Amino acid sequence: MLKTSSVTLKKPRKSGKFRRQLPLHLMLIPGLIFVIIFNYIPMAGLVIAFQKFIPAKGLFGDQKWIGFQNFRDVFNTPNFGQVMYNTVFIASMKIVLGMIVPIIIALLLNEVRHTKYKKAVQTSIFIPFFISWVVLGGIMMDILSPSSGAVNKLLGIFGVDPIYFLGNTKSFPFVMAISDVWKGFGYSTIVYIASIAGIDPCLYEAAAIDGAGRWSRMWHITLSGMKTIIVLLAVLGLGGILNAGFDQIFMLYSPQVYQTGDIVDTLVYRLGMMNYQYGLSTAVGLFKSVISSFLVGISYFLAYKLADHRLF
Amino acid sequence: MINNKSLKNNIIDIFIYAILFIVMISCILPFIHIFAISLSSSAPASAGLVGLLPKGFSTKSWEEVLGYKDFWRAFSISVIRVVAGTSLSLFLVILTAYPLSKESREFKGRTVYVWFFFFTTLVGGGLIPTYFLLSKMNLINSIWVLILPGAMNVFNMVLMLNFFRQIPKELEEAAFLDGAGYWRSLWSIIVPTSRPAIATITLFTAVGHWNSWFDGLIYMDTPAKYPLQTYAQTILVTIDTSKGITADDLANLLLFNDRTLRAAIIIVAAIPVLIVYPFFQKHLSKGIVIGSVKG
Repeated sequence: MLKTSSVTLKKPRKSGKFRRQLPLHLMLIPGLIFVIIFNYIPMAGLVIAFQKFIPAKGLFGDQKWIGFQNFRDVFNTPNFGQVMYNTVFIASMKIVLGMIVPIIIALLLNEVRHTKYKKAVQTSIFIPFFISWVVLGGIMMDILSPSSGAVNKLLGIFGVDPIYFLGNTKSFPFVMAISDVWKGFGYSTIVYIASIAGIDPCLYEAAAIDGAGRWSRMWHITLSGMKTIIVLLAVLGLGGILNAGFDQIFMLYSPQVYQTGDIVDTLVYRLGMMNYQYGLSTAVGLFKSVISSFLVGISYFLAYKLADHRLF
Repeated sequence: MINNKSLKNNIIDIFIYAILFIVMISCILPFIHIFAISLSSSAPASAGLVGLLPKGFSTKSWEEVLGYKDFWRAFSISVIRVVAGTSLSLFLVILTAYPLSKESREFKGRTVYVWFFFFTTLVGGGLIPTYFLLSKMNLINSIWVLILPGAMNVFNMVLMLNFFRQIPKELEEAAFLDGAGYWRSLWSIIVPTSRPAIATITLFTAVGHWNSWFDGLIYMDTPAKYPLQTYAQTILVTIDTSKGITADDLANLLLFNDRTLRAAIIIVAAIPVLIVYPFFQKHLSKGIVIGSVKG
């Protein structure tokens, strides 16, 4: 096979080779135009973070440069540290729970022998993944309502006083983490199940002959067969430590819970779109983006080292 | 001894089935519950008496929602963005992924191109610069602002690229020997063999378009131009005061105070996805696995 390919490719002369590759370059043009306009130009627009930006003068207009003043102003805001903490706290809860829950569900599903039941579970748990946070947020506001929501009604049966889940600074971050895991675990479960499917069935037979029980087979064969993918997803999750989930929190938070629920992205939104503090907002966004891309870079590197994961 | 063991096994099985059952219904019941509320009368609904079946069956809220002109306008904006946005995005993703799926040996410059695209997933311009760029391009308030900025989705492109790479090289080489060029090979060999990946990415892109609401909220100045999710968002969340409360907002606020109406809006915004999902589900796990496990 190699031979035929080298024959077809190397037949023409040098200029012919480029001509042969020309279509490949041409195909990239539309995509390149799009990323240049919608990704690279806004990237250049990050200069706003170092300006006293006045919209009337326009993006890349003759703005006043003020160095790192916007950053100093942001870091000196009293609640900025709290916002950073909230972000990392909520995001890490989501990452950790979002790892553990799907692993457990995948292990349990692997024990199910009725294919139909297995399919039904897999299909159902995947549904919330496809539903927008607007809809899920609407549902949560309804069922978590302290006066007439289904959850508090259920708790009431057990004599628990109504809890205002979304309006309470203590419960808010946990509600965010749990509902986020609920939305997303169907997806990761499928990924784990696929890695279980790749385990050699002979291993189970051999273990059974050796007298290994159900739990030890689950532990030593299934779980250890999933090791690579678990490490991979854990490492890749690292890059998301500053992504606490804008859509969800913006949909569900309120000034009452800013103390524990306000995150970097919501702060960026409020500074920029509500207070018209364009420079400050961009500075916060840039600050987050720099840390994030550094972490994502590390995570890809680790994924490559630990799990031999090549991205492209 | 053996009996004892199989008894123990059965108990564990029952336990596992039960846990999975609870997990499964936790993903379905909330939708059924809200659906039941939307079909109940206002009084039992606001008193929280509705469980999984409607109380005091009434289609009033549905009739109302489906009777609003605003609703249908928002709905059609969403449909347009899904159809146009998904087609454009898929076109760009496939067209970009194909050359980049070639080895550097075959396509010189491949690595440089890949990094040029990939870099955009690491650093972005963020909210404000993007906003001012789009406003400079006169895209604010235009339907294109919902379609163009995200059309070249690099993550999906990488997924597609990885799928293309797994297609046996022999297929293409045979076509090349028959005199086909890259264009020909892409449309008549690569695309037809990539159906699971294309189905998966189509679904993700379409659902993503249907579900987005934030772009509508910030790039549209008037609620008349909101797509359905943004329309639903402003109704469900206490009105966003960043743009000042308009008379429209106030009317909405009063109108949608009713729990059954809110429930109907929620279900209506979710229904298209719930309908489409089963048809794609077959391809889905295959497509996902290819993209994420085997990179």
